[in-house]
Amino acid sequence: MNSTNFAITINDLTVAYNYKPVLWDIDLSVPEGVLMAIVGPNGAGKSTLMKSILGIVTPIAGKVSIYGKSYEKQRKLVAYVPQKGSVDWDFPTTALDVVLMGTYGQLGWIKRPGRVQKKAALEALEKVGMLALKNRQISQLSGGQQQRVFLARALVQDASIFLMDEPFQGVDATTEKAIINLLQELRNLGKTVVVVHHDLQTVPEYFDWVTFLNVKKIATGPVKAIFNDDYLTQTYGINYKVSIHQ
Amino acid sequence: MHDFWQLLLTDYTLQVITLGTAILGALCGMLGSFAVLKKQSLLGDAVAHAALPGIALSFLIIGVKNSQMLLVGALISGLIGAFWMRGIVTKTRLKTDTALGLILSLFFGFGMLLLTFIQKLPNAQQSGLDKYLFGQAATLLKSDVQFLFVVFVAFVCLLLLFWKEFKIYTFDSAYTQTLGFHNKAIDTLLTSLIVVTIVLGLQSVGVILISAMLLAPAAAARQWTHRLENMVILSGVFGVFSAIIGTVLSTRFSGVPTGPVIVIIAAILVWFSFVFSPKRGLLFRQIRRYKNRKELQVFKTLDLMYRIALEHKTPHHPHHIQILNDFQGYSKSALKQLEDQKLIKIESQQWYLTKEGYQKAAKLFEK
Repeated sequence: MNSTNFAITINDLTVAYNYKPVLWDIDLSVPEGVLMAIVGPNGAGKSTLMKSILGIVTPIAGKVSIYGKSYEKQRKLVAYVPQKGSVDWDFPTTALDVVLMGTYGQLGWIKRPGRVQKKAALEALEKVGMLALKNRQISQLSGGQQQRVFLARALVQDASIFLMDEPFQGVDATTEKAIINLLQELRNLGKTVVVVHHDLQTVPEYFDWVTFLNVKKIATGPVKAIFNDDYLTQTYGINYKVSIHQ
Repeated sequence: MHDFWQLLLTDYTLQVITLGTAILGALCGMLGSFAVLKKQSLLGDAVAHAALPGIALSFLIIGVKNSQMLLVGALISGLIGAFWMRGIVTKTRLKTDTALGLILSLFFGFGMLLLTFIQKLPNAQQSGLDKYLFGQAATLLKSDVQFLFVVFVAFVCLLLLFWKEFKIYTFDSAYTQTLGFHNKAIDTLLTSLIVVTIVLGLQSVGVILISAMLLAPAAAARQWTHRLENMVILSGVFGVFSAIIGTVLSTRFSGVPTGPVIVIIAAILVWFSFVFSPKRGLLFRQIRRYKNRKELQVFKTLDLMYRIALEHKTPHHPHHIQILNDFQGYSKSALKQLEDQKLIKIESQQWYLTKEGYQKAAKLFEK
């Protein structure tokens, strides 16, 4: 298969913050149209992998391409949902304003969002069920609502690839269901969705593709084929017996 | 107080310097909002203290007290201090507070040393350099104020132009980068605006207190609004207000430096905002909490009565008040309130629910 058939291609990626490598020689290809979980223990480099794809982290070696070209050239195809905890939610702004930020990339420097952008933002808010709270100050939203706002901000970018860093962290069951439904809907529309995920129990139910990561890439492929005790044990380093395959 | 305004309206010199500090207050307030939200408030402190040796050195080099030239010196050494501090944080394992403390005291100490040295020089010009410690607005000349005004107009234009970029960068810098903005460029621009503002403020507020001028109005403004644009405007207004009052007060008592008076006024604004702002203020929060508790107590009592009443076939059957004593959490005032709201009736130690009371109680825990 030609590399342009893959949404994301990573070759020989190595990242280190200080002396210890966080990611070591990663080769990974994400096919277009999959809903993929990245799983691995704490410190496995899951968030770093995502940030390397996005060019936030500069690797020591290796190359990342989005549909065969560099991120710089393809960034309009990619939408990122950072960890909820990475921003200060006491920032003086409203839910709608945060979602509007998703349009800034298309606008470029200086240009302000106008009616078109506002309409898109309202639609995105509606999709995540937050339209009624559009003027709410973001600190007055619950954790789940804040996550939905972040999701709406990514939706408004109208991207083909979605990278999400722990979107289920600190959200209640209702929000988790709502989010996963949306992600599956995106996948069904042919979008590629990559999610850093922690809850191993839900991997087979939610995702169709999975990557095991622990500094090195352990395995990647369809959930049905590779989500098994062997790889889990290799990734988590303990004898992992899961009751997932019932 | 009457004299106060009289003075401001008639004294031309006072008008000039007050206009100067007011412009400065507006700049500090507006840019301070971003510093506070970006949690970089102490960067201003480091830059200001680091500026002192620059002032002294440029005086030593040019030999005259030309405020513009001194400020250029201040700017250079302030920037060196700021970048050195950042370098320490990124290159070593020292944390920001330690790096800040190191740079701040090193530069300030060196600056004080130079000032002492300068004071021993046989140069008639040297007196007054120490005014840069706590600021003396009276030293502002008309040309200084004109310059401040030009900077003000330019900075407001830049703020309007790059509003979107400053906003998103302050809120979520990693995300900003993924959208294709150059974080370094935004950061450099924003930091430069803040640094220039600080340096311009050294003459009237002084190296020691200028950072308070950056933070206090912003902290106060944050209490009153949930929107960034309102916060920036309000913070600017607070800055202007403290600057005007502070300047006039300090010039009335000769020898009082301007900086401390302005900062005290700003601090009073902060205190007032923290206590009295309706949304985030301590006072109203306490009142709301108290009212909520009271209200819940009343509802709890009503709910209790409702459940007692339900056990009777006749809904408005009277019960003795003492029945309630077996349960916790009811009070005489709660009963009184329920009676006032006509939800219950009390006749000779007997109570019963009214029709409204029934309806209210039945719907109490529905949303």
